[in-house]
Amino acid sequence: MSRSIVPETIARQPWQVLIPLAMLVALGAAVLYSAAGGHLQPYALNHVLRFCFFLLAAVILSRVPRDVFKLAAYPIYAGILMLLVLVELLGAVGGGSQRWLNLGFMTLQPSELMKPGIVLVLARFYDTLPASITASWRGLVPAGALIGLPAVLVMIQPDLGTALAISFSGVVTMFLAGLPLWWFLSAVGAATVVAPIAFFTLLHDYQRNRVLVFLDPESDPLGTGYHITQSKIAIGSGGFFGKGFGNGSQSHLDYLPESHTDFVFATMSEEWGMLGGLFVLTVFAILLSWGLRVARNSTDRFSSLLAAGMAATIFFYVAINLMMVMGLAPVVGIPLPFMSHGGSSMMTNMICVGTIMAVSRWQRRPTGLS
Amino acid sequence: MKFLRPRHVSMATLRNSFDRRSMVVGGIQGGIGVLLASRLGYLAIAQNEKYKLDSESNRVNLSLIPPRRGWILDRHGSPLASNRADFRVDVIPDRMTDEAQTIGELSKLLRLTPVDIQDLKDKLEKSHGFAPVEVASGLDWDRFAAVSVRLPDLPGVVTQRGFSRFYPTGPSVGHLVGYVGAASAEEYEKEKDPLLVTPGYKVGKDGLEKIYEKELRGYPGARRVEVTAGGRVVRDLETREDVPGKPIKLTIDGPLQDYASRRIGLESGAVVAMDCQTGDVLAMASMPSYDPNSFSDGIGRIEWKMLADDDHVPLRNKVLRGLYPPGSTVKPMVALSFLEAGLDPHESVFCGGGLRVGNRVFHCWQRRGHGMVDMAKGIYQSCDVYFYHFAQRIGMDPIAAMARRLGLGQEFQLPVVGQSYGTVPDPAWKKRKYDRDWAIYDTVNATIGQGYFLVNPLQQAVMASRIASGRKLLPRLLHSDHPPQAASLGISQEHLDIVHKAMSDVVNGPGTAHRAALPMKDILLAGKTGTAQVVGLNVGNGKGGLWKHRDHGHFICFAPADKPRYAVAVVVEHGGGSGAAYPIARDVMTYLFDPTKAVEVLHDYEKQWGGTAQQRLDAKYRAYSAAYASGAPAAPSDERVQAADQAPSPNQPILNDAQTPPPEPVALPPSPPNTATPAPAINIAPPPGAD
Repeated sequence: MSRSIVPETIARQPWQVLIPLAMLVALGAAVLYSAAGGHLQPYALNHVLRFCFFLLAAVILSRVPRDVFKLAAYPIYAGILMLLVLVELLGAVGGGSQRWLNLGFMTLQPSELMKPGIVLVLARFYDTLPASITASWRGLVPAGALIGLPAVLVMIQPDLGTALAISFSGVVTMFLAGLPLWWFLSAVGAATVVAPIAFFTLLHDYQRNRVLVFLDPESDPLGTGYHITQSKIAIGSGGFFGKGFGNGSQSHLDYLPESHTDFVFATMSEEWGMLGGLFVLTVFAILLSWGLRVARNSTDRFSSLLAAGMAATIFFYVAINLMMVMGLAPVVGIPLPFMSHGGSSMMTNMICVGTIMAVSRWQRRPTGLS
Repeated sequence: MKFLRPRHVSMATLRNSFDRRSMVVGGIQGGIGVLLASRLGYLAIAQNEKYKLDSESNRVNLSLIPPRRGWILDRHGSPLASNRADFRVDVIPDRMTDEAQTIGELSKLLRLTPVDIQDLKDKLEKSHGFAPVEVASGLDWDRFAAVSVRLPDLPGVVTQRGFSRFYPTGPSVGHLVGYVGAASAEEYEKEKDPLLVTPGYKVGKDGLEKIYEKELRGYPGARRVEVTAGGRVVRDLETREDVPGKPIKLTIDGPLQDYASRRIGLESGAVVAMDCQTGDVLAMASMPSYDPNSFSDGIGRIEWKMLADDDHVPLRNKVLRGLYPPGSTVKPMVALSFLEAGLDPHESVFCGGGLRVGNRVFHCWQRRGHGMVDMAKGIYQSCDVYFYHFAQRIGMDPIAAMARRLGLGQEFQLPVVGQSYGTVPDPAWKKRKYDRDWAIYDTVNATIGQGYFLVNPLQQAVMASRIASGRKLLPRLLHSDHPPQAASLGISQEHLDIVHKAMSDVVNGPGTAHRAALPMKDILLAGKTGTAQVVGLNVGNGKGGLWKHRDHGHFICFAPADKPRYAVAVVVEHGGGSGAAYPIARDVMTYLFDPTKAVEVLHDYEKQWGGTAQQRLDAKYRAYSAAYASGAPAAPSDERVQAADQAPSPNQPILNDAQTPPPEPVALPPSPPNTATPAPAINIAPPPGAD
């Protein structure tokens, strides 16, 4: 394939990442096809179509110049924050909690948008912050407020998983921005003190219960522990080569809950075995190392922080989801990127990918250098 | 503090820090990746066997197929208890999400009556969650299918085609065979067999069903099915057939058992028929009874109300648990003891209607007196004075010894849940029991089967068969092709002949029960009447008045008189005298020789009584349902029902005063239906110890 016959726009895309990613989405579609009992509807076809749509969106996003990103950072953040408040108000009016806005053609979860949003705004914040005061309180307090505001709004929805994801992305960005290490160490120290208190005061009963059951799944084999137990059975019974496509009894006979969303990795592992699992891990390794490489290769602070933060956001999804399905973390409602059925998750993750693609593009065409 | 002072930070140091920290972040990410991969390997490779097993046990559901219960057969091989194919619906309380809604839905689909719904609720209240509770059985296909197709919306509901116990003659075999029911929590705790909590599985609760539980049970089959988490069966994988329980063959003659039960009619009584050659029990009927068919789904409120209201105690097996003073039926036995003691059968005494013993006068039932009475007349005219007189001469011990030799006061080796074996009084017994010396009037009372004497109807039948055969016959319930030969009792044939002749004269000669003669010219019945007082003459005369105060009627007999083949004993509680008992004995004996003739008689009676025992029970159930609907009090637990069943006879008064035995009546027409108002129970004396 010589450069001459392939249009430059296409050749320029990061194919070393997009091809493995497409394969991962294809595997996801196959698993969803099987989970639907051998039907494209309602999961598999949608999954692929969404990927195609958001891939196109990501490519378009990647063409947006750095200056536009920088300019739009605060307005976008403010907009998402408004949406979060709006959701909260609608929930209060409608009675009960609500996490999404119905836009007619799709339902939008503003909290999902906030995950890349927080990275964007923090990258912009530290980009403009003079280096000399980065290590002072002026580098910490505004950033803390930028993270804390949406995190609290999402927390009261209540959506613990997303609140954690937003905080995680933000904190990693702060860490990379060069805030003093001992701040983070003392925060970890404080967290170990505060966590038990928060556990008994801030968490809802069902959330607390999930954590307790995680610590001892056998204590409640038919209740909350059921999820973890059944997921481990699905993964463990798959063995190295799996039971074969379409032969997963755990998912097909409904023993595995949420077999097409949060526990899609267990569904996959049962049928494709450890081999399939290693493939998934490899694709994520390629994706995330690409993200970090792009960040390290960027010469300017905004681009580096942006790309690394986006990679951290994807990483958080992957790590928490996989740890959950394998019984290493409590059950929190976090889907697996590119495999779980669900539009919001696909959108968030493709925004992250698109942003990294954009950063990668800025390196090659350093025209936007300010 | 050095590190609180802001360091000098430049763009370059920040870049430097980013490079280092991004390496750390990448390293941590990689580390977690490795952790996830090894966890994956641990689950999928190292723990693979364990999880494969778990996944299989999720996927495959082993359900037990209740074994078909062994049949209980009569001596001809016809079933007294069999199984019939059945459609049934159960609920497992633990698996129901919304009990009220599920029950509501089921009652609509199954068209349950308010009584059924109330009974179901009672059962659910007492249930233990994991154990299935029967909603309905014996359903037609339409109703069964209606529930089956809605199973996905009815969590906890189980439909099943299986077998249920069926007793073709219903109440006639109730006390003999017992009944079955769902295993109680206690039974499950004891055995821990999952079969016991399999829907549709029943265990024996009483009678032979309980005694032979192990033999009748068989081995369950199993069905391996693939099921969803919600319990829906996806497909069958493998089925192993059940091994039905072993049949039990009884010595009972099924049609005779049914006939005897029905012939008791409206009375409260017991009939025992025995084979005089083998000791085989041919019939063992106690009425009124319950319908074992309707007990197998638990005892409902209406059923319990019917049982509790009935002063004829339908739950008591009167053959084994009823204890009665035997009255004059002991006289042939007493005569045998006299003969063995050397009394000349022709030695006579004058009966003027009574005999002074000490400072009291003991009357003969025949106040006018019998004139000169020898042994034969003493038996066939049932002259009390004859026995008062000679018993004083012979003494109580030889009489009591003969009573025990002939089976009175004995407990027999039988597969039954319990026997009350009563009392054969003698001086040693009285000393032990009451710490009082035997008085002469005790002998006088005992010799006419009153006083402390208490026997059950089975013992009376054994006595009749032993007098008839002269052999030590033991009652048998289990059929075998080679019955053991019973040893001789060692009573001289000459003595037996004297007593046989006198007993034949009771019926065929100048005796007290000539209406007991069989309607066949060539077969003679030999028997002895008995009328046992229940209350003193100061309370009632034993003939009329309160049902509870009427005399018990007894009759023991055997036939043919010259070559005894069958022996029968009949007890009619408060029948007003032996006249209530011997027509029943006569007809049962007739049935043994000429069933057609006997059945004709029965059909005439049943027209007056309002149908067969089963029909009357059903009619009563309908009447009670209409009267009480679901308002009847709840039935107690199984255990309490069985306790009621096994309670010994209520207080049998002991009349130790000088007695005037009630007259031996001539045959009475069948007694009229008892009045509806139950008589209050009157306790006259504390219950005698059954020892």
